Amino acid sequence: MRFNDDKDFSACGIFGIMDRAGRRFSGKLIVEAMSLMKVRGNGLGAGFAVYGLYKKFKDYYALHVMLDNKDVKEKVYNYISQNFDIVYEDEIPVNDKANVVDPPKFVRYFVAPRKRGTEKSLSDDDYVIKKVMYVNRHIDGAYIISSGKNMGVFKGVGFPEDIADFFMIEEYRGYIWTAHTRFPTNTPGWWGGAHPFSILDWTVVHNGEISSYGTNKRYLEMFGYYSTLKTDTEVMAYIFDLLMRRQGLPIEVVAKILAPPMWEEIERMPEKERNFYKALRMVYSPLLVNGPWAVIVARHGEMFGLTDRIRLRPLTAAEKGSLFMISSEEAPIRYLFPKVDKVYTPYGGEPIVARLER
Amino acid sequence: MSLAGIVNPYLERVRPIKDLAEYVKVEGEVAEINARDLTHKEVNDLIRECVIRGARKIILRNVFGQRFIGTRLALNGIKVEIEIHGIPGNDLGAFLAGHRIVVYGNAQDGVGNTMDSGEIIVHGRAGDVVAMSMRGGEIYIRDTVGYRAAIHMKGYMERNPVLVIGKTAQDFLGEYMAGGRVIVLGIGVDRHKARYIGTGMHGGKIFIRGKVEEYQLAKEVTFGELDKEDWKFLEEKVGKFCEYFNCDKDELLGDNFTAIIPKSKRPYGALYSGE
Repeated sequence: MRFNDDKDFSACGIFGIMDRAGRRFSGKLIVEAMSLMKVRGNGLGAGFAVYGLYKKFKDYYALHVMLDNKDVKEKVYNYISQNFDIVYEDEIPVNDKANVVDPPKFVRYFVAPRKRGTEKSLSDDDYVIKKVMYVNRHIDGAYIISSGKNMGVFKGVGFPEDIADFFMIEEYRGYIWTAHTRFPTNTPGWWGGAHPFSILDWTVVHNGEISSYGTNKRYLEMFGYYSTLKTDTEVMAYIFDLLMRRQGLPIEVVAKILAPPMWEEIERMPEKERNFYKALRMVYSPLLVNGPWAVIVARHGEMFGLTDRIRLRPLTAAEKGSLFMISSEEAPIRYLFPKVDKVYTPYGGEPIVARLER
Repeated sequence: MSLAGIVNPYLERVRPIKDLAEYVKVEGEVAEINARDLTHKEVNDLIRECVIRGARKIILRNVFGQRFIGTRLALNGIKVEIEIHGIPGNDLGAFLAGHRIVVYGNAQDGVGNTMDSGEIIVHGRAGDVVAMSMRGGEIYIRDTVGYRAAIHMKGYMERNPVLVIGKTAQDFLGEYMAGGRVIVLGIGVDRHKARYIGTGMHGGKIFIRGKVEEYQLAKEVTFGELDKEDWKFLEEKVGKFCEYFNCDKDELLGDNFTAIIPKSKRPYGALYSGE
């Protein structure tokens, strides 16, 4: 039987694991966790984000470029070499024997910005975003799917085990890992549309669908973020970059922008709080993320989980020593660690936050 | 879009029954299954096969997220007991036909989905949509449940499903509830935090021990009085809960319960018929 009719069993599975003490570990753990949630995906997308894997080049932006079109490599190289100093480049090593169909080529460049003229007023991060957007919008068949320092995204079409096998995920080591298995319902299952979605060192894996995608996307365009990957989740990565990196808001506030309390709840609050929440809802109404969703978001030093305000998608958190896990289901957590210190599921719209211990 | 890569994850890797013998140990009427490396379908195929061959008690060990355990067992009125060690997956006991399931661990989402009859006992917590569309039988959860417990639970004549929750529930408890009874015992809980209790509810009753404010109720429900029948019912079900989880029934029953009942049997009638 094939799911080629209109009826879909939307699920998607997400998992994140962080060592808050900063110790790095192999991708083997997260691949095991994902294989326990096999039925949450249908083989049309999976991916991994890993933090702390490029120690040798940790001061350079690592651009992972997906080349959907084999002739485009030179064009991409020319553009990148004109705008950045490339300190190292290679093809991302892959296992040709892995069970994937028609993979695109993946190359990576470790770069430092080479700003000229008026661009000198941009921060390095803003400069990188501008260049990533240019490649994704204007170089046909080339997509920069990951652009942070000392982190990387590996994703494609297949089950998590297949994508892990293809990119040899178990060889990499990091202190934060997030992963996704996809069950696409209304956007294509293609390599660029697999999760995680990423900009700079932000990554997002998502289960659900974003009904407000159009509104969110148009609002983000005013700030120079353009969605090119044909999947709703992409806006999430840009929202977090805009609100948290550029505007400096903490996740506790950002959660209330994406998943705000209902108006009637705001009416019951004490005056000061009420005014604050009213202001948030008015100023940021185009960034309310509507629909059923659960996400795991990471950047260097922190990982957090968040769901829509009425929790239409599941999310469970667990702690074991310095390890922090967030998952669609409890089973993979217990499979890795039968005994954990704490396991809990917060209310919709309340963020679950793990931070690096300093 | 090419369909070449699409795989049904429920059927992939499923081995025929004859290749699964090493996972089962049978002693008299008791069959013990090691589920560690088994897929959803393999676990359920094995349970069914064991019952057909005469097993009346199934012990499942190393369960990690396998779904639908206890489904597909409507076999000429045969009743079995299924003991689960580990974390059963979503839709535990879906369509359950008179069997008894006891879980030593937490359960995930959809416990007792459209359950017909029988009993599910969870020595731990359960996730979202517990007792969804349940139409008969009883579910006992020792700790908390997630969102939308008892969503569209229903009752008819002698069919009256029961859900008993030891601690507390999250939002939308009893959403669109059409019948049956839910008891929330609030053990060790200062304050129930659930919002939108009984959204769209139009049948059945919810009994909550501990404080619930008016604003936590949806507009389709109201507080009601408990009558003699209700207290008799509570005494029986709370008694059973305490027997399973070893707590003091009199202490629980001594406290005040609040009943939550629907304002109307047909809250949305006017939406469609213009009445």
